[in-house]
Amino acid sequence: MTGWFDHLAIVPILLPLLAGAVLMLVDDRHPATKLAINLSAGLLLLLAAALLLARTAGGEVIVYRLGNWPTPFAITIVADRLSALMVLLTATLALASLVFSSARWDRAGPHFHSLFQFLLMGLNGAFLTGDLFNLFVFFEVMLAASYGLVLHGSGATRVKAGLHYIAINLAASALFLIGVSLIYGVTGTLNMADLAVRIPLVPAANRGLLEAGAGVLGVAFLVKAGIWPLGFWLPTTYAAAAPPIAALFAILSKLGIYVILRLTLLFFGDGSGASAHLADAWLFYGGVATIAFGATGVLASQTLARTAGFCALVSSGTLLAMIGYENAGVTAGALYYLVNSTLALGCFFLLAELVERGRAAGADVLAVTLEAFGDEEPEPPEEVGIATPATLAFLGISFACCGMLLAGMPPLSGFIGKFAMLGAALNLNGLGGDAVITAGTWGLVALVIVSGLAVLIALLRAGINIFWVSIDGDVPRVLPAEMAPILLLLLLCLALTVLAGPALAFTEATAAALHAPMGYVSAVLGRALPGGLP
Amino acid sequence: MMELIVSLGIGILAGSGVWLLLRPRSFQVIIGLCLLSYAVNLFIFGMGRLRMNAPPIVDGVTGTVPADPVPQALVLTAIVIGFAMTALFLVVLLAARGLTGTDHVDGRER
Repeated sequence: MTGWFDHLAIVPILLPLLAGAVLMLVDDRHPATKLAINLSAGLLLLLAAALLLARTAGGEVIVYRLGNWPTPFAITIVADRLSALMVLLTATLALASLVFSSARWDRAGPHFHSLFQFLLMGLNGAFLTGDLFNLFVFFEVMLAASYGLVLHGSGATRVKAGLHYIAINLAASALFLIGVSLIYGVTGTLNMADLAVRIPLVPAANRGLLEAGAGVLGVAFLVKAGIWPLGFWLPTTYAAAAPPIAALFAILSKLGIYVILRLTLLFFGDGSGASAHLADAWLFYGGVATIAFGATGVLASQTLARTAGFCALVSSGTLLAMIGYENAGVTAGALYYLVNSTLALGCFFLLAELVERGRAAGADVLAVTLEAFGDEEPEPPEEVGIATPATLAFLGISFACCGMLLAGMPPLSGFIGKFAMLGAALNLNGLGGDAVITAGTWGLVALVIVSGLAVLIALLRAGINIFWVSIDGDVPRVLPAEMAPILLLLLLCLALTVLAGPALAFTEATAAALHAPMGYVSAVLGRALPGGLP
Repeated sequence: MMELIVSLGIGILAGSGVWLLLRPRSFQVIIGLCLLSYAVNLFIFGMGRLRMNAPPIVDGVTGTVPADPVPQALVLTAIVIGFAMTALFLVVLLAARGLTGTDHVDGRER
């Protein structure tokens, strides 16, 4: 370890930890000080994440061993392209959510800022860790902070949703531990890279136990990702949470996706012997069922926040089904889609609150029943020549952009992501390859398109009722601090659209590295691998 | 014999835990979660293999294989985290009881 720059990989974990601890000491009577500390920590985290991504973009795998112990024994922090990308995504979303909450949400309950930073610490740690047990520890740090944040602002709805959220996650943590200990019992190691080497060598007698362990472990993450039928808690919880928290939670379900992607390809990729492709079919059909459930839920939702929750399920389902292909091209598209859908979902959760602020409670219920039973309201008198207030114009345009991103309509990046995924799924061996398109693939293509249509219908219905049929012309009062993060997230999606070429090149390189985990494994273990391994 | 007793104990704890977890009263749910976490802790411990009289640290004289320290470290972490989470759940449970006026997990009697 020479030079401060070598410690970069652990900064995204230590920085939120320190900031969170310092924020505990500052009294809640000084909200401006707390906000300033939190904002500067958020900006520094963004900087660190950007540096990390810049360093790993060339393919370098940064391995940081705590205490410099040799690898299977040390607590290992590993940053490769995927980890760095996820950390950067977390930092971006966190900054947007923080700026939004500075308008009023951060003062709705005690210790908001500390919990916020601890959540970031857990997320970053889970993205960067190199062994399963620290994954558990960081997962729990993240969950503990998220329990506090779900309840932020209190109220009966949040406490009821929080009760379910905590119970299901405690049960999932128990499954996590069972899975981890089964894997340890069979292989004798918890280091991910070491496991990737040892899993192909597990004797046939122990293979059933290992696969059971991996399955139980997988269920714990699938609960987090919200796969059907383990995801019924998700829309309710996300809709009940304070909007900036819900926006940040958009990345929580992506954490489940990240772990599934990482572990599936590391442990059960092409080169892992008898257990290869263990979970592919499960992920594919689970993902398909999740998309169908999410799309139905989107159509049936009566509030925008619930719609956003079901959109999160659709996006989780799409990603899981795509991971089920275990194909580098499909994964590349899926990673692009992941970034886009996380930003768009975060933006939509923020926007939903602003849009609904100016409306009477129950207006959405009215909207859905209006569709069903016919519009019997008298036509409002014609208003001509009244300029649409700038706020409403901003909200309307943002809403339209969000809708296009979530539904996957051209020309924005949602379309590019879906196109990249489906294009690769239809040409598994590359363009002009001789891959046979299975019925399952056709079904998935149809389902993804139909789910996009469902999102489009639901958002169009909501948009028309909010912006065009505004009955009494209520313009919600919106602060600049609440518009800025929405603008930021939408501009990032726009940048993803314009720079789709470089972005897709990056995700292709990431996917290629994920599908050939040799580089990752040998970098972590610090030695070249003997022959015959992945 | 020892293996049988331990595995039966884990099985009974986990079974009772899951049954209580699925009950409608929030108090039953928290007891279920407690039992489940006890079962999981014993299970992790069992994954380090059950042995009698193994030395806790490397014995340089006799060369006996020491007890596996990793599951012990895992169990310790799991106990601490599980304990904290149960305490938090208890607070939320009480808050839900106060806000909704019922101890049903859905916040209302059917």
